[in-house]
Amino acid sequence: MAVARLGRFTLEKVSATGRWALFCAQALLRVRSGGEFGTRLVRSVFEIGVRCVPVIAIVSAFSGLVLGLQGHYVLARFGASGMLGTLVSLSLCRELGPVLAALMIAGQAGTALASELGIQRSTEQIDAIVLMDISPEGFLAGARLLASLLVFPSLTSLFVLIGVTGGWLSGCILMPQDSNAYWSAVHVALKSRDISECLLKALVFGLLTTSLCAYQGFNAHRSGEAGARAVGVATVRAIVLSSIAILAADYLITAALL
Amino acid sequence: MNAPSPTTPPLLEVSHLRKCFGPREVLSDVSFQVPAGTILSVLGRSGTGKSVLLKCIVGLLQADSGEVSYKGESLRNASQMATLRRSASYVFQHNALFDSATVFENVLLPLQARGTGSRQEWDAQVREVLGRLELEEAAERYPSELSGGMQKRLAVARALVSKPELVFFDEPTAGLDPLRRNAVFEMISKLQRESHFTAVLVTHDVQEALVVSSRILWLDAGRVRFDGLASEFSASNDPEIRGFRDNIEALKEALRTPVSIGS
Repeated sequence: MAVARLGRFTLEKVSATGRWALFCAQALLRVRSGGEFGTRLVRSVFEIGVRCVPVIAIVSAFSGLVLGLQGHYVLARFGASGMLGTLVSLSLCRELGPVLAALMIAGQAGTALASELGIQRSTEQIDAIVLMDISPEGFLAGARLLASLLVFPSLTSLFVLIGVTGGWLSGCILMPQDSNAYWSAVHVALKSRDISECLLKALVFGLLTTSLCAYQGFNAHRSGEAGARAVGVATVRAIVLSSIAILAADYLITAALL
Repeated sequence: MNAPSPTTPPLLEVSHLRKCFGPREVLSDVSFQVPAGTILSVLGRSGTGKSVLLKCIVGLLQADSGEVSYKGESLRNASQMATLRRSASYVFQHNALFDSATVFENVLLPLQARGTGSRQEWDAQVREVLGRLELEEAAERYPSELSGGMQKRLAVARALVSKPELVFFDEPTAGLDPLRRNAVFEMISKLQRESHFTAVLVTHDVQEALVVSSRILWLDAGRVRFDGLASEFSASNDPEIRGFRDNIEALKEALRTPVSIGS
Protein backbone atom coordinates (compact mmCIF):
# COMPACT_ATOMS: atom_id res chain seq x y z
CA MET A 1 0.00 0.00 0.00
CA ALA A 2 2.73 2.42 1.01
CA VAL A 3 4.80 1.43 -2.02
CA ALA A 4 1.83 2.03 -4.32
CA ARG A 5 1.28 5.43 -2.75
CA LEU A 6 4.94 6.29 -3.15
CA GLY A 7 4.78 5.17 -6.78
CA ARG A 8 1.72 7.31 -7.47
CA PHE A 9 3.34 10.29 -5.77
CA THR A 10 6.53 9.85 -7.82
CA LEU A 11 4.61 9.49 -11.08
CA GLU A 12 2.58 12.57 -10.25
CA LYS A 13 5.72 14.63 -9.57
CA VAL A 14 7.46 13.37 -12.71
CA SER A 15 4.36 14.22 -14.73
CA ALA A 16 4.17 17.70 -13.16
CA THR A 17 7.86 18.28 -13.95
CA GLY A 18 7.19 17.30 -17.56
CA ARG A 19 4.23 19.68 -17.76
CA TRP A 20 6.38 22.47 -16.32
CA ALA A 21 9.11 21.80 -18.91
CA LEU A 22 6.51 21.84 -21.71
CA PHE A 23 5.06 25.05 -20.30
CA CYS A 24 8.52 26.71 -20.41
CA ALA A 25 9.19 25.46 -23.94
CA GLN A 26 5.82 26.71 -25.23
CA ALA A 27 6.26 30.04 -23.45
CA LEU A 28 9.62 30.64 -25.13
CA LEU A 29 8.78 29.17 -28.54
CA ARG A 30 5.50 31.09 -28.88
CA VAL A 31 6.62 34.27 -27.13
CA ARG A 32 5.33 36.46 -29.98
CA SER A 33 1.83 34.95 -29.95
CA GLY A 34 -0.81 37.63 -29.48
CA GLY A 35 1.33 40.47 -30.84
CA GLU A 36 2.76 43.55 -29.10
CA PHE A 37 5.77 41.54 -27.92
CA GLY A 38 7.93 44.63 -27.37
CA THR A 39 5.30 46.29 -25.19
CA ARG A 40 4.85 43.14 -23.13
CA LEU A 41 8.61 42.77 -22.69
CA VAL A 42 9.04 46.36 -21.50
CA ARG A 43 6.07 45.98 -19.13
CA SER A 44 7.56 42.75 -17.77
CA VAL A 45 10.94 44.38 -17.18
CA PHE A 46 9.15 47.12 -15.28
CA GLU A 47 7.01 44.71 -13.22
CA ILE A 48 9.78 42.28 -12.34
CA GLY A 49 12.67 44.71 -12.35
CA VAL A 50 11.92 48.33 -11.61
CA ARG A 51 9.28 47.60 -8.97
CA CYS A 52 11.74 45.36 -7.09
CA VAL A 53 14.52 47.97 -6.91
CA PRO A 54 13.43 49.41 -3.51
CA VAL A 55 13.26 46.03 -1.78
CA ILE A 56 16.58 44.97 -3.34
CA ALA A 57 18.21 48.21 -2.23
CA ILE A 58 16.95 47.90 1.36
CA VAL A 59 17.79 44.20 1.79
CA SER A 60 21.22 44.52 0.17
CA ALA A 61 22.11 47.54 2.29
CA PHE A 62 21.28 45.74 5.52
CA SER A 63 22.99 42.54 4.35
CA GLY A 64 26.18 44.52 3.67
CA LEU A 65 25.92 46.40 6.97
CA VAL A 66 25.56 43.16 8.95
CA LEU A 67 28.36 41.45 7.00
CA GLY A 68 30.67 44.39 7.64
CA LEU A 69 29.85 44.39 11.33
CA GLN A 70 30.13 40.63 11.85
CA GLY A 71 33.22 40.45 9.63
CA HIS A 72 34.95 43.15 11.62
CA TYR A 73 34.48 41.30 14.93
CA VAL A 74 35.23 37.81 13.62
CA LEU A 75 38.28 38.76 11.54
CA ALA A 76 39.70 40.88 14.40
CA ARG A 77 39.80 37.72 16.56
CA PHE A 78 42.18 36.15 14.09
CA GLY A 79 44.15 39.31 13.43
CA ALA A 80 42.83 39.45 9.88
CA SER A 81 40.92 42.73 9.93
CA GLY A 82 42.42 43.67 6.58
CA MET A 83 40.47 40.85 4.96
CA LEU A 84 37.07 42.50 5.57
CA GLY A 85 36.74 43.69 1.96
CA THR A 86 37.56 40.19 0.72
CA LEU A 87 35.01 38.57 3.02
CA VAL A 88 32.19 40.97 2.21
CA SER A 89 32.74 41.08 -1.55
CA LEU A 90 33.21 37.34 -2.08
CA SER A 91 30.30 36.42 0.22
CA LEU A 92 27.99 38.82 -1.57
CA CYS A 93 29.15 38.12 -5.10
CA ARG A 94 29.40 34.34 -4.98
CA GLU A 95 26.55 33.49 -2.63
CA LEU A 96 24.43 36.02 -0.80
CA GLY A 97 23.85 38.42 -3.68
CA PRO A 98 22.32 35.98 -6.18
CA VAL A 99 20.39 33.99 -3.55
CA LEU A 100 18.96 36.89 -1.53
CA ALA A 101 18.15 38.95 -4.63
CA ALA A 102 16.33 35.99 -6.19
CA LEU A 103 14.41 35.30 -2.97
CA MET A 104 13.37 38.96 -2.75
CA ILE A 105 12.25 39.09 -6.39
CA ALA A 106 10.39 35.80 -5.94
CA GLY A 107 8.67 37.25 -2.87
CA GLN A 108 7.55 40.39 -4.67
CA ALA A 109 7.29 39.84 -8.42
CA GLY A 110 6.91 36.05 -8.33
CA THR A 111 3.91 36.01 -6.02
CA ALA A 112 2.33 38.87 -7.97
CA LEU A 113 2.78 36.88 -11.18
CA ALA A 114 1.34 33.67 -9.70
CA SER A 115 -1.70 35.40 -8.26
CA GLU A 116 -2.32 37.42 -11.45
CA LEU A 117 -2.28 34.31 -13.63
CA GLY A 118 -4.30 32.40 -11.03
CA ILE A 119 -7.03 35.03 -11.14
CA GLN A 120 -6.92 35.04 -14.94
CA ARG A 121 -7.40 31.26 -14.82
CA SER A 122 -10.29 31.37 -12.36
CA THR A 123 -12.11 34.13 -14.28
CA GLU A 124 -11.76 32.30 -17.63
CA GLN A 125 -9.48 34.99 -19.07
CA ILE A 126 -6.99 32.30 -20.05
CA ASP A 127 -9.78 30.35 -21.79
CA ALA A 128 -10.67 33.54 -23.67
CA ILE A 129 -7.05 33.83 -24.81
CA VAL A 130 -7.05 30.19 -25.95
CA LEU A 131 -10.20 30.77 -27.98
CA MET A 132 -8.56 33.71 -29.77
CA ASP A 133 -6.01 31.17 -31.01
CA ILE A 134 -3.30 32.83 -28.93
CA SER A 135 -0.81 30.63 -27.09
CA PRO A 136 -1.57 31.52 -23.45
CA GLU A 137 1.85 30.27 -22.35
CA GLY A 138 3.64 32.48 -24.87
CA PHE A 139 1.34 35.46 -24.36
CA LEU A 140 1.30 35.44 -20.56
CA ALA A 141 4.66 33.93 -19.60
CA GLY A 142 7.01 34.24 -22.59
CA ALA A 143 7.90 37.91 -22.28
CA ARG A 144 8.22 37.55 -18.51
CA LEU A 145 10.69 34.70 -18.87
CA LEU A 146 12.80 36.74 -21.26
CA ALA A 147 12.54 39.79 -19.01
CA SER A 148 13.82 37.71 -16.08
CA LEU A 149 17.01 37.00 -18.08
CA LEU A 150 17.66 40.73 -18.11
CA VAL A 151 16.28 41.69 -14.72
CA PHE A 152 17.77 39.06 -12.41
CA PRO A 153 21.43 39.68 -13.36
CA SER A 154 20.85 43.46 -13.21
CA LEU A 155 19.22 43.39 -9.79
CA THR A 156 21.79 40.91 -8.49
CA SER A 157 24.59 43.25 -9.60
CA LEU A 158 22.83 46.11 -7.88
CA PHE A 159 22.47 43.95 -4.76
CA VAL A 160 26.22 43.20 -4.70
CA LEU A 161 27.18 46.84 -5.29
CA ILE A 162 24.95 48.17 -2.54
CA GLY A 163 25.93 45.31 -0.23
CA VAL A 164 29.66 45.93 -0.63
CA THR A 165 29.04 49.62 0.02
CA GLY A 166 27.05 48.69 3.13
CA GLY A 167 29.95 46.55 4.31
CA TRP A 168 32.29 49.52 3.87
CA LEU A 169 29.87 51.77 5.77
CA SER A 170 29.65 49.52 8.84
CA GLY A 171 33.26 48.31 8.72
CA CYS A 172 35.08 51.53 7.86
CA ILE A 173 32.80 54.38 8.89
CA LEU A 174 31.05 52.96 11.95
CA MET A 175 33.97 50.69 12.89
CA PRO A 176 37.68 51.57 12.81
CA GLN A 177 38.63 49.76 9.58
CA ASP A 178 40.73 51.45 6.91
CA SER A 179 38.73 52.45 3.83
CA ASN A 180 41.65 52.14 1.42
CA ALA A 181 42.46 48.64 2.70
CA TYR A 182 38.80 47.67 2.34
CA TRP A 183 38.40 48.79 -1.27
CA SER A 184 41.79 47.47 -2.22
CA ALA A 185 40.84 44.04 -0.77
CA VAL A 186 37.55 44.13 -2.72
CA HIS A 187 39.45 44.93 -5.93
CA VAL A 188 41.99 42.16 -5.42
CA ALA A 189 39.48 39.54 -4.24
CA LEU A 190 36.89 39.78 -6.99
CA LYS A 191 37.95 37.84 -10.09
CA SER A 192 36.01 37.60 -13.34
CA ARG A 193 35.28 33.96 -12.43
CA ASP A 194 33.41 35.13 -9.30
CA ILE A 195 31.42 37.63 -11.28
CA SER A 196 30.59 35.02 -13.93
CA GLU A 197 29.37 32.62 -11.25
CA CYS A 198 27.26 35.38 -9.75
CA LEU A 199 25.64 36.22 -13.09
CA LEU A 200 25.15 32.56 -14.03
CA LYS A 201 23.36 31.93 -10.77
CA ALA A 202 21.21 35.02 -11.32
CA LEU A 203 20.21 33.80 -14.81
CA VAL A 204 19.33 30.31 -13.58
CA PHE A 205 17.44 31.63 -10.55
CA GLY A 206 15.56 34.06 -12.77
CA LEU A 207 14.38 31.37 -15.14
CA LEU A 208 13.48 29.01 -12.31
CA THR A 209 11.60 31.62 -10.27
CA THR A 210 9.66 33.15 -13.13
CA SER A 211 8.74 29.86 -14.77
CA LEU A 212 7.69 28.21 -11.50
CA CYS A 213 5.60 31.18 -10.41
CA ALA A 214 3.98 31.52 -13.85
CA TYR A 215 3.34 27.77 -14.01
CA GLN A 216 1.72 27.64 -10.58
CA GLY A 217 -0.58 30.57 -11.37
CA PHE A 218 -1.37 29.23 -14.83
CA ASN A 219 -2.35 25.86 -13.35
CA ALA A 220 -4.16 27.18 -10.28
CA HIS A 221 -7.19 25.11 -11.31
CA ARG A 222 -5.13 21.93 -10.80
CA SER A 223 -4.45 22.76 -7.15
CA GLY A 224 -7.45 20.77 -5.93
CA GLU A 225 -9.14 23.98 -4.77
CA ALA A 226 -11.44 26.39 -6.57
CA GLY A 227 -11.81 30.15 -6.98
CA ALA A 228 -10.00 32.49 -4.59
CA ARG A 229 -8.64 29.59 -2.54
CA ALA A 230 -7.04 28.06 -5.64
CA VAL A 231 -5.29 31.38 -6.28
CA GLY A 232 -4.05 31.44 -2.69
CA VAL A 233 -2.76 27.87 -2.89
CA ALA A 234 -1.04 28.58 -6.22
CA THR A 235 0.64 31.69 -4.80
CA VAL A 236 1.91 29.87 -1.72
CA ARG A 237 3.18 26.98 -3.85
CA ALA A 238 4.88 29.44 -6.18
CA ILE A 239 6.94 31.09 -3.43
CA VAL A 240 7.72 27.83 -1.60
CA LEU A 241 8.80 25.98 -4.75
CA SER A 242 10.77 28.98 -6.01
CA SER A 243 12.65 29.28 -2.72
CA ILE A 244 13.48 25.57 -2.66
CA ALA A 245 14.51 25.65 -6.33
CA ILE A 246 16.77 28.68 -5.76
CA LEU A 247 18.57 27.05 -2.83
CA ALA A 248 18.87 23.66 -4.55
CA ALA A 249 20.15 25.21 -7.77
CA ASP A 250 22.58 27.34 -5.75
CA TYR A 251 24.09 24.22 -4.23
CA LEU A 252 24.31 22.40 -7.56
CA ILE A 253 25.90 25.34 -9.40
CA THR A 254 28.35 25.99 -6.57
CA ALA A 255 29.30 22.30 -6.43
CA ALA A 256 29.73 22.16 -10.19
CA LEU A 257 31.88 25.29 -10.42
CA LEU A 258 34.11 24.89 -7.38
CA MET B 1 -35.36 35.19 -38.93
CA ASN B 2 -34.88 33.28 -42.13
CA ALA B 3 -35.13 29.52 -41.94
CA PRO B 4 -32.23 27.76 -43.60
CA SER B 5 -32.87 26.06 -46.88
CA PRO B 6 -32.81 22.25 -46.65
CA THR B 7 -29.87 22.22 -49.06
CA THR B 8 -27.70 24.60 -46.99
CA PRO B 9 -24.62 22.63 -45.88
CA PRO B 10 -24.06 22.80 -42.11
CA LEU B 11 -21.37 25.16 -40.92
CA LEU B 12 -21.00 23.15 -37.74
CA GLU B 13 -21.87 19.53 -37.17
CA VAL B 14 -21.78 17.67 -33.87
CA SER B 15 -21.99 13.87 -33.99
CA HIS B 16 -22.52 11.49 -31.08
CA LEU B 17 -20.76 13.72 -28.54
CA ARG B 18 -20.34 12.19 -25.09
CA LYS B 19 -18.77 13.74 -22.00
CA CYS B 20 -18.52 12.37 -18.47
CA PHE B 21 -17.17 13.93 -15.29
CA GLY B 22 -16.20 10.89 -13.23
CA PRO B 23 -19.19 8.57 -13.11
CA ARG B 24 -21.59 11.37 -14.11
CA GLU B 25 -22.51 11.45 -17.79
CA VAL B 26 -23.18 15.10 -18.69
CA LEU B 27 -23.56 14.72 -22.45
CA SER B 28 -24.87 11.54 -23.98
CA ASP B 29 -24.82 10.91 -27.72
CA VAL B 30 -25.51 14.55 -28.65
CA SER B 31 -25.81 15.15 -32.40
CA PHE B 32 -27.02 18.21 -34.30
CA GLN B 33 -26.15 20.54 -37.16
CA VAL B 34 -25.92 24.31 -37.37
CA PRO B 35 -26.64 25.64 -40.87
CA ALA B 36 -24.70 28.73 -41.96
CA GLY B 37 -26.38 32.06 -41.24
CA THR B 38 -28.71 30.78 -38.54
CA ILE B 39 -29.04 31.32 -34.82
CA LEU B 40 -29.37 28.04 -32.95
CA SER B 41 -30.50 28.34 -29.35
CA VAL B 42 -29.56 25.55 -26.97
CA LEU B 43 -32.19 25.37 -24.25
CA GLY B 44 -32.73 23.19 -21.23
CA ARG B 45 -32.85 23.17 -17.48
CA SER B 46 -29.80 24.03 -15.38
CA GLY B 47 -27.22 21.28 -15.25
CA THR B 48 -28.26 19.59 -18.48
CA GLY B 49 -24.86 20.15 -20.08
CA LYS B 50 -25.50 23.20 -22.27
CA SER B 51 -22.31 25.07 -21.37
CA VAL B 52 -20.32 21.82 -21.36
CA LEU B 53 -21.56 21.22 -24.90
CA LEU B 54 -20.21 24.60 -26.06
CA LYS B 55 -16.87 24.01 -24.33
CA CYS B 56 -16.55 20.58 -25.94
CA ILE B 57 -17.23 22.08 -29.37
CA VAL B 58 -14.51 24.74 -29.05
CA GLY B 59 -12.04 22.36 -27.38
CA LEU B 60 -11.92 23.91 -23.91
CA LEU B 61 -13.12 20.53 -22.67
CA GLN B 62 -12.12 17.23 -24.23
CA ALA B 63 -15.14 15.10 -25.19
CA ASP B 64 -14.88 11.42 -24.30
CA SER B 65 -16.16 10.40 -27.71
CA GLY B 66 -17.93 11.83 -30.73
CA GLU B 67 -16.91 14.28 -33.37
CA VAL B 68 -17.25 17.97 -34.16
CA SER B 69 -16.90 19.16 -37.76
CA TYR B 70 -16.54 22.72 -38.98
CA LYS B 71 -17.19 23.36 -42.67
CA GLY B 72 -17.05 19.62 -43.22
CA GLU B 73 -13.60 19.26 -41.60
CA SER B 74 -13.37 17.20 -38.44
CA LEU B 75 -11.79 19.11 -35.52
CA ARG B 76 -9.63 16.19 -34.45
CA ASN B 77 -6.22 17.82 -34.23
CA ALA B 78 -4.78 21.14 -33.09
CA SER B 79 -4.45 22.70 -36.56
CA GLN B 80 -8.09 21.97 -37.41
CA MET B 81 -9.19 23.35 -34.05
CA ALA B 82 -7.09 26.46 -34.76
CA THR B 83 -9.06 26.92 -38.00
CA LEU B 84 -12.29 27.03 -36.02
CA ARG B 85 -10.83 29.38 -33.41
CA ARG B 86 -9.56 31.79 -36.07
CA SER B 87 -13.02 32.16 -37.59
CA ALA B 88 -15.17 31.85 -34.48
CA SER B 89 -15.68 33.88 -31.29
CA TYR B 90 -17.00 33.05 -27.87
CA VAL B 91 -18.96 35.20 -25.45
CA PHE B 92 -18.49 33.79 -21.95
CA GLN B 93 -21.25 33.59 -19.39
CA HIS B 94 -19.27 35.80 -17.01
CA ASN B 95 -17.68 37.76 -19.87
CA ALA B 96 -14.04 36.77 -19.13
CA LEU B 97 -12.90 40.31 -19.88
CA PHE B 98 -9.23 41.18 -19.39
CA ASP B 99 -9.53 43.17 -16.20
CA SER B 100 -6.05 44.73 -16.41
CA ALA B 101 -6.70 46.06 -19.91
CA THR B 102 -8.88 48.98 -20.98
CA VAL B 103 -12.06 48.55 -23.01
CA PHE B 104 -10.13 49.53 -26.15
CA GLU B 105 -7.33 47.03 -25.44
CA ASN B 106 -9.86 44.26 -24.74
CA VAL B 107 -11.41 44.71 -28.16
CA LEU B 108 -8.04 45.18 -29.87
CA LEU B 109 -6.56 41.87 -28.73
CA PRO B 110 -8.44 39.53 -31.12
CA LEU B 111 -7.20 41.66 -34.05
CA GLN B 112 -3.62 41.56 -32.77
CA ALA B 113 -3.95 37.81 -32.37
CA ARG B 114 -4.89 37.38 -36.04
CA GLY B 115 -2.03 39.66 -37.01
CA THR B 116 -3.46 40.69 -40.39
CA GLY B 117 -3.64 44.40 -41.12
CA SER B 118 -1.95 47.46 -39.72
CA ARG B 119 -2.31 49.11 -36.34
CA GLN B 120 -4.26 51.97 -37.95
CA GLU B 121 -6.73 49.51 -39.47
CA TRP B 122 -7.14 47.73 -36.15
CA ASP B 123 -7.75 50.99 -34.31
CA ALA B 124 -10.40 51.93 -36.88
CA GLN B 125 -12.09 48.53 -36.55
CA VAL B 126 -12.09 48.77 -32.76
CA ARG B 127 -13.55 52.27 -32.85
CA GLU B 128 -16.20 51.12 -35.32
CA VAL B 129 -17.37 48.18 -33.19
CA LEU B 130 -17.26 50.25 -29.99
CA GLY B 131 -19.43 52.81 -31.76
CA ARG B 132 -21.94 50.17 -32.86
CA LEU B 133 -22.25 48.93 -29.30
CA GLU B 134 -22.31 52.44 -27.79
CA LEU B 135 -19.08 51.98 -25.88
CA GLU B 136 -16.88 54.62 -27.52
CA GLU B 137 -17.15 56.90 -24.47
CA ALA B 138 -15.83 54.09 -22.27
CA ALA B 139 -12.85 53.20 -24.47
CA GLU B 140 -10.22 54.19 -21.92
CA ARG B 141 -12.03 52.77 -18.89
CA TYR B 142 -11.37 49.38 -17.30
CA PRO B 143 -14.00 46.62 -17.30
CA SER B 144 -14.45 46.89 -13.52
CA GLU B 145 -15.59 50.50 -14.02
CA LEU B 146 -18.47 49.46 -16.30
CA SER B 147 -22.02 48.43 -15.42
CA GLY B 148 -23.13 44.82 -15.97
CA GLY B 149 -24.87 45.71 -19.22
CA MET B 150 -21.85 47.58 -20.55
CA GLN B 151 -19.57 44.66 -19.65
CA LYS B 152 -21.84 42.35 -21.62
CA ARG B 153 -21.74 44.74 -24.60
CA LEU B 154 -17.96 44.83 -24.29
CA ALA B 155 -17.82 41.03 -24.36
CA VAL B 156 -19.96 41.05 -27.51
CA ALA B 157 -17.80 43.80 -29.04
CA ARG B 158 -14.67 41.73 -28.40
CA ALA B 159 -16.34 38.73 -30.00
CA LEU B 160 -17.47 40.60 -33.11
CA VAL B 161 -14.50 42.85 -33.85
CA SER B 162 -12.70 40.20 -35.88
CA LYS B 163 -15.81 39.64 -38.02
CA PRO B 164 -16.27 35.96 -37.10
CA GLU B 165 -18.31 33.53 -39.14
CA LEU B 166 -19.52 31.73 -36.04
CA VAL B 167 -20.22 33.13 -32.58
CA PHE B 168 -20.89 31.10 -29.45
CA PHE B 169 -22.90 32.86 -26.76
CA ASP B 170 -22.83 31.11 -23.38
CA GLU B 171 -25.79 32.44 -21.41
CA PRO B 172 -25.28 36.03 -22.56
CA THR B 173 -28.09 37.31 -20.34
CA ALA B 174 -27.11 35.56 -17.11
CA GLY B 175 -27.40 37.91 -14.16
CA LEU B 176 -29.11 40.69 -16.11
CA ASP B 177 -32.50 42.18 -15.32
CA PRO B 178 -35.40 41.64 -17.78
CA LEU B 179 -34.94 44.93 -19.64
CA ARG B 180 -31.22 44.36 -20.09
CA ARG B 181 -31.93 40.78 -21.16
CA ASN B 182 -34.25 42.01 -23.89
CA ALA B 183 -31.63 44.55 -24.94
CA VAL B 184 -28.98 41.84 -25.25
CA PHE B 185 -31.25 39.64 -27.39
CA GLU B 186 -32.17 42.61 -29.56
CA MET B 187 -28.48 43.41 -29.94
CA ILE B 188 -27.59 39.84 -30.92
CA SER B 189 -30.43 39.70 -33.42
CA LYS B 190 -29.57 43.09 -34.93
CA LEU B 191 -25.85 42.34 -35.16
CA GLN B 192 -26.57 38.96 -36.71
CA ARG B 193 -28.71 40.59 -39.39
CA GLU B 194 -25.97 43.15 -40.08
CA SER B 195 -22.97 40.83 -39.95
CA HIS B 196 -24.61 37.56 -41.07
CA PHE B 197 -22.68 35.44 -38.62
CA THR B 198 -23.91 32.05 -37.49
CA ALA B 199 -24.62 31.82 -33.78
CA VAL B 200 -24.97 29.11 -31.19
CA LEU B 201 -26.72 30.57 -28.19
CA VAL B 202 -27.01 28.84 -24.82
CA THR B 203 -29.76 30.41 -22.75
CA HIS B 204 -32.52 29.86 -20.22
CA ASP B 205 -34.70 32.59 -21.70
CA VAL B 206 -37.10 30.52 -23.80
CA GLN B 207 -39.39 33.29 -25.03
CA GLU B 208 -36.56 35.58 -26.12
CA ALA B 209 -34.69 32.68 -27.70
CA LEU B 210 -37.76 31.77 -29.73
CA VAL B 211 -37.91 35.31 -31.09
CA VAL B 212 -34.27 35.59 -32.18
CA SER B 213 -33.51 31.98 -33.14
CA SER B 214 -34.24 30.05 -36.28
CA ARG B 215 -33.54 26.70 -34.68
CA ILE B 216 -33.91 25.29 -31.18
CA LEU B 217 -32.00 22.46 -29.56
CA TRP B 218 -33.51 21.22 -26.31
CA LEU B 219 -31.21 19.28 -24.01
CA ASP B 220 -32.63 17.08 -21.29
CA ALA B 221 -30.21 15.30 -18.95
CA GLY B 222 -27.45 15.49 -21.54
CA ARG B 223 -29.56 14.15 -24.41
CA VAL B 224 -31.14 15.97 -27.34
CA ARG B 225 -34.88 15.96 -26.73
CA PHE B 226 -35.81 18.40 -29.47
CA ASP B 227 -33.94 19.65 -32.53
CA GLY B 228 -35.91 21.68 -35.01
CA LEU B 229 -37.31 25.03 -36.08
CA ALA B 230 -38.33 27.59 -33.47
CA SER B 231 -41.92 27.44 -34.73
CA GLU B 232 -41.97 23.68 -34.26
CA PHE B 233 -40.66 24.10 -30.72
CA SER B 234 -43.42 26.58 -29.87
CA ALA B 235 -46.01 24.10 -31.04
CA SER B 236 -44.38 21.08 -29.43
CA ASN B 237 -46.62 18.88 -27.31
CA ASP B 238 -43.69 17.19 -25.59
CA PRO B 239 -44.77 17.26 -21.91
CA GLU B 240 -41.24 18.14 -20.72
CA ILE B 241 -40.94 21.09 -23.09
CA ARG B 242 -44.50 22.24 -22.50
CA GLY B 243 -44.01 22.01 -18.74
CA PHE B 244 -40.85 24.09 -18.91
CA ARG B 245 -42.54 26.71 -21.09
CA ASP B 246 -45.52 26.92 -18.74
CA ASN B 247 -43.33 27.18 -15.66
CA ILE B 248 -41.30 30.00 -17.16
CA GLU B 249 -44.45 31.87 -18.16
CA ALA B 250 -45.97 31.43 -14.70
CA LEU B 251 -42.82 32.67 -13.03
CA LYS B 252 -42.56 35.67 -15.37
CA GLU B 253 -46.15 36.59 -14.63
CA ALA B 254 -45.51 36.37 -10.90
CA LEU B 255 -42.39 38.50 -11.11
CA ARG B 256 -43.70 41.08 -13.56
CA THR B 257 -42.95 44.24 -11.59
CA PRO B 258 -41.44 47.52 -12.75
CA VAL B 259 -37.64 47.40 -12.88
CA SER B 260 -35.34 50.41 -12.86
CA ILE B 261 -32.06 50.16 -14.68
CA GLY B 262 -28.80 52.04 -14.48
CA SER B 263 -27.01 52.41 -17.75
